[in-house]
Amino acid sequence: MSNVLVVAEMLDGHVRKSTHSAITFARKATAGGGTFSILVIGAGAQAASGELAAYGAQKILVADDASLKNYICERFAPTVAAVAKAGSFDVVTATASSYGKDLLPRVAAKLGAGYAPDISDVTPAGGKLSYKRPMYAGNAYGHAELTTAIQVVSPRQSEFAAAEPSGGASPSEVVAVTPPDAAASRVEFVSMESAKSERPDLGEARVIVSGGRALKEQFAQVLDPLANALGAAVGASRAACDAGYAPAELQVGQTGRVVAPALYFAIGISGAIQHLAGMKGSKTIVAINKDAEAPIFQVADYGLVADLFQAVPELVTEIKKVL
Amino acid sequence: MKILVPIKRVSDPDNANKVKVSAAGKIETTGLENKPNPFDEYAVETALRLTENGTNPKARLGEVVIVTFGPKDTETTLRGLLATGADRAIRVDVTDDQLDGDILARALKAIVEKEQPDVVLLGKQAVDGDSNQVAQLLAEYLGWPQATFAGSIKSDADKALVIGREVDGGTLNVKVTLPAVVSVDLRIVAPTSVTSMHTPATHKYADGVRFAALMAIMAAKKKPLVEMKLADLTGDVGLKITYKGAELPPARKAGVKVKNVQELVSKLKNEAKAL
Repeated sequence: MSNVLVVAEMLDGHVRKSTHSAITFARKATAGGGTFSILVIGAGAQAASGELAAYGAQKILVADDASLKNYICERFAPTVAAVAKAGSFDVVTATASSYGKDLLPRVAAKLGAGYAPDISDVTPAGGKLSYKRPMYAGNAYGHAELTTAIQVVSPRQSEFAAAEPSGGASPSEVVAVTPPDAAASRVEFVSMESAKSERPDLGEARVIVSGGRALKEQFAQVLDPLANALGAAVGASRAACDAGYAPAELQVGQTGRVVAPALYFAIGISGAIQHLAGMKGSKTIVAINKDAEAPIFQVADYGLVADLFQAVPELVTEIKKVL
Repeated sequence: MKILVPIKRVSDPDNANKVKVSAAGKIETTGLENKPNPFDEYAVETALRLTENGTNPKARLGEVVIVTFGPKDTETTLRGLLATGADRAIRVDVTDDQLDGDILARALKAIVEKEQPDVVLLGKQAVDGDSNQVAQLLAEYLGWPQATFAGSIKSDADKALVIGREVDGGTLNVKVTLPAVVSVDLRIVAPTSVTSMHTPATHKYADGVRFAALMAIMAAKKKPLVEMKLADLTGDVGLKITYKGAELPPARKAGVKVKNVQELVSKLKNEAKAL
């Protein structure tokens, strides 16, 4: 039996959708008994907390303070650890987004807890939780156990489907904001640069259109019409990002975003292992590449050997006919 | 500025001889090439860039100390990185199965306290365990600020670093006053990602990490390399994470090649029902 604390992630005054994957993890980890609560932390957490009221949490804990306006680990981690201790939680979890990956190890160190990073599955077995995690760039899965009483876990968004509301209204409770770490005085938020996009987030998109280095400077020119037609998010291979054809935050791969949409287009992407590790959980994969031997065809459900500069505009036209 | 760079020797997961899983459920890496973890190589490159004038990279204007945790033969990896410009090396004599990220962070804390660097620079994750945790754990144990997933670093007179963190949805810029722990991401080795206080702002590096010249490889054999014992660094040697088994990922069934765009759209609509 486990009692799980889910740490929600906030973005622009709302709960980020990534949080729903951690809720799915919590439901799974408590399937054999136990409950979960959700900590909403950040400036504006009180207003945002209502978004999570219907997910079956025992409690929604709210840590709302102006000092938590911008995410700084050294300001967030002390409160997360204190709430975990005060509530005697066995497991502390947040989705393995860049937020969860930055925050949770520091929380684990404060709690003396073991940390299971970036897991793809959890199995309650014999009173213990077994965590499955991809390793070696997704070439193997390890089955890990933590030896500590308190456990900290980050589930992969692509492997834990976003939780749906289960009804009811979890009671909400305000919790104290713990003073920041002394080190917080040495970290200053400067700015957040984000490419403003009307497109869905890579972690949440039903369809992703990804491009590789072959697109060169015409990356956006070629892919945008296809993404627009499908309402898709745009992704990129590491090579395309490194070459400057696409911004770094679009990178899909073991070391970038790990995604599992219903439909994934790999366009002009050869299919390096580290890229495959970031997208091979996708339900249907389409590859368009002029090299018939490209490794991407080994994972693609549908492969088209063609010049992408001709095939993609044609694809846009054909898709518009059937949508 | 003095920089400590922890590095790990890994079995290359991209190697053609793939990772295997034994009948007993252990991950086998025999046949895979050993190499420095790429993210750690980037951390070494970053440390070198921060401690030099890019127009005269032979003169080191600071100190770069590298440390690894591994058996005797990991000294080859250390020598290779010394040859690229690091000043000296430390090897903590231990094998991977005696370690997890937490033990590593506790031992590193003891080394940091002894060496007193201004910055600890690490790769954001090792490409074998893919855990992404040591920088964060170490920062907490030291009580230092952490700046993870750095895609750019600009020195502010070596008293502070302005760091562009690569996060979901963009770049989060933070300024950390030293000493601090910084973990680096891929883009840190792009031509203008790192700006030291000694390098003209207009300077562009070659993309990627630098390679060692033959002369430097010879000279690196004489650079200081000391050995330490794990037990002298931390008394806390109980593993917090243990692996009970392993498996290979399920093979994806081979798909089909379509003849043209019309067939592709038809299959996506009628067969996969993905449109």
